[in-house]
Amino acid sequence: MTTIRHGLGDGAMIVHRNLLQLRHSPGAIAGAVMFPLAFVVLFGYVFGSAIPVGQGANYREYLMPGLFVMGIVMGVTASMIEVAGDTGLGVMDRLRSMPIARSAVPFGQTGSDLIVATATLVLMAATGLLVGWRAHNGIAATAAAFGLLLLLQYAMSWIAIYLGTLVKNKETAAKLGPLTMPLTMISNVFVPIDGMPAVLRFLAEWNPVSAAVTACRELFGNPGVPTGDATWPLAHPVLATLAWCAFILAVFVPLSIRRFARPY
Amino acid sequence: MEIVTAEGLRRRFGRTQALDGLDLAVPAGTVFGLLGPNGAGKTTAVRALATLTALDGGRATVAGFDVARRPAEVRRRIRLTGQHAALDETLTGRENLYLFGRLFHLGRADARRRATELLERFDLAAAADRPVRTYSGGMRRRLDLISSLIVPPAVLFLDEPTTGLDPRSRNEIWDTIRELVTQGATVLLTTQYLEEADRLAQHIAVVDHGRVIASGSPGELKAALGGRIDVVVRTATDLGTAGGALNAMTGATPEIDRDRLRLSVPFSAQSTTLPGVVRGLETAGVEPVDVAVRLPSLDEVFLTLTGEPGRTPEAVR
Ligand SMILES: Nc1ncnc2c1ncn2[C@@H]1O[C@H](COP(=O)(O)OP(=O)(O)OP(=O)(O)O)[C@@H](O)[C@H]1O
Ligand SMILES: [Mg+2]
Repeated sequence: MTTIRHGLGDGAMIVHRNLLQLRHSPGAIAGAVMFPLAFVVLFGYVFGSAIPVGQGANYREYLMPGLFVMGIVMGVTASMIEVAGDTGLGVMDRLRSMPIARSAVPFGQTGSDLIVATATLVLMAATGLLVGWRAHNGIAATAAAFGLLLLLQYAMSWIAIYLGTLVKNKETAAKLGPLTMPLTMISNVFVPIDGMPAVLRFLAEWNPVSAAVTACRELFGNPGVPTGDATWPLAHPVLATLAWCAFILAVFVPLSIRRFARPY
Repeated sequence: MEIVTAEGLRRRFGRTQALDGLDLAVPAGTVFGLLGPNGAGKTTAVRALATLTALDGGRATVAGFDVARRPAEVRRRIRLTGQHAALDETLTGRENLYLFGRLFHLGRADARRRATELLERFDLAAAADRPVRTYSGGMRRRLDLISSLIVPPAVLFLDEPTTGLDPRSRNEIWDTIRELVTQGATVLLTTQYLEEADRLAQHIAVVDHGRVIASGSPGELKAALGGRIDVVVRTATDLGTAGGALNAMTGATPEIDRDRLRLSVPFSAQSTTLPGVVRGLETAGVEPVDVAVRLPSLDEVFLTLTGEPGRTPEAVR
């Protein structure tokens, strides 16, 4: 019993620590606020004027689910940089040498990521509402969509902390950031997949980002959900996204916990 | 009673054999000095004992608990202050200590009180509410050290605790270490300075290429290694005369630094005394500006022990 209580307490302290750090970094907060706002406005209006998404659909309605997912993918880089910085400075080593629950650091880290991501998502949704995006399918489906987004965020966050402890250096982690670009670009975030050349199209169809975006479009009732004969992940986007999340968690939760619990 | 033991520790990183059969036995309630040049394996050894680095071979225990098999028990009894300050740069000194206190399961009020207490005692009260990123190197080191003292440990590992500190901060850290030991803790510290090991430690192990090449009390080591006598003379011609006289007295060829008009010879207390040296120089007609006995530098220790000069950081790469 005390072990579990200590475990939760330790995890909560790590969350507390990360949120304190954020409070001391007004720059990071400003970035976290500005980014989604700038995204919605820039992509919504710049691309929106040029990209046809079919049947006179509103491009910003098409775009918002994509931007939600893109925000999540970019958050991964931020959290990887943070963990890499802590690892490089030896803070992670100090924590690893302390008598705290073995899983406290990874759970605390992913927990605080989830809190930050929730705030970002709320902000982004509010901006979306301002520029004309709507969820059309009622409260249950809307809640399911946000739930799915947060689950995806949580799963991605475990990848981020694992990579962060491997990289061990803020600068290197920051350089790896742009590698997430293809993940969002070779997908249906900005443009429909149908027009892509065969190889890209194949990659985009099996990209977890595409599945998540399609799932959100379906749940929000936004345009861009494929009709008729789509590949399996896009025909069953909610299931595919859940499967991706389960897979990522199954691989990276044990890997990350190992990284904190075992000597290496 | 030995509180930390290591038998035949081995660890390889790629082509570097960082630990190559390292043995240690640290008696409880003492300061133990791990002395060695850059790349000797000091950090790897300490990290292995602190449950952070995995071993390829050998066995280590802390307070009777096997480091590999019972890491949780080991962690409960140790603190590690690593070679580089491990602090949250964006947080203030007070917040750093408070959070570590909470992670040691102190209550809110206790953690806050302990942080204030330590900050005041270690001269950091004025900077307590500034982010650590604004601290000087010495302040960081001190904060890093006291982070390990929030809940006093049975065994404290300090990896080069005074490297890069000015003499005042260094003395403060030395005093802290001595005080900890009077309170019953055991301290294992690594250092590149024989002087530091000599001043603080009851036992010293000299490490090179991942293994212990000499060990004993500072007295035993000094008797084995000998000290050095440095003589400074007035003129360049005196250098020659003094060199001859020193050679005759100690049987060793003095090293001569022509720019500083300084000669240096190894010397062992059994055969030579300081007044004897001064008299000998005067008999030879040299009036020395300065004569001083000092401990050998780490370079000279290595020359004595291995017949090869100690490695500099550049030579390691
Ligand atoms: N993680 C690692 N990966 C690769 N090589 C390593 C690693 N850690 C240590 N080494 C190598 O192992 C050897 C011993 O390193 P260690 O850090 O233990 O030396 P040290 O005695 O602490 O040196 P210093 O005085 O410079 O701190 C060095 O050659 C070092 O380059
Ligand atoms: Mg070292």
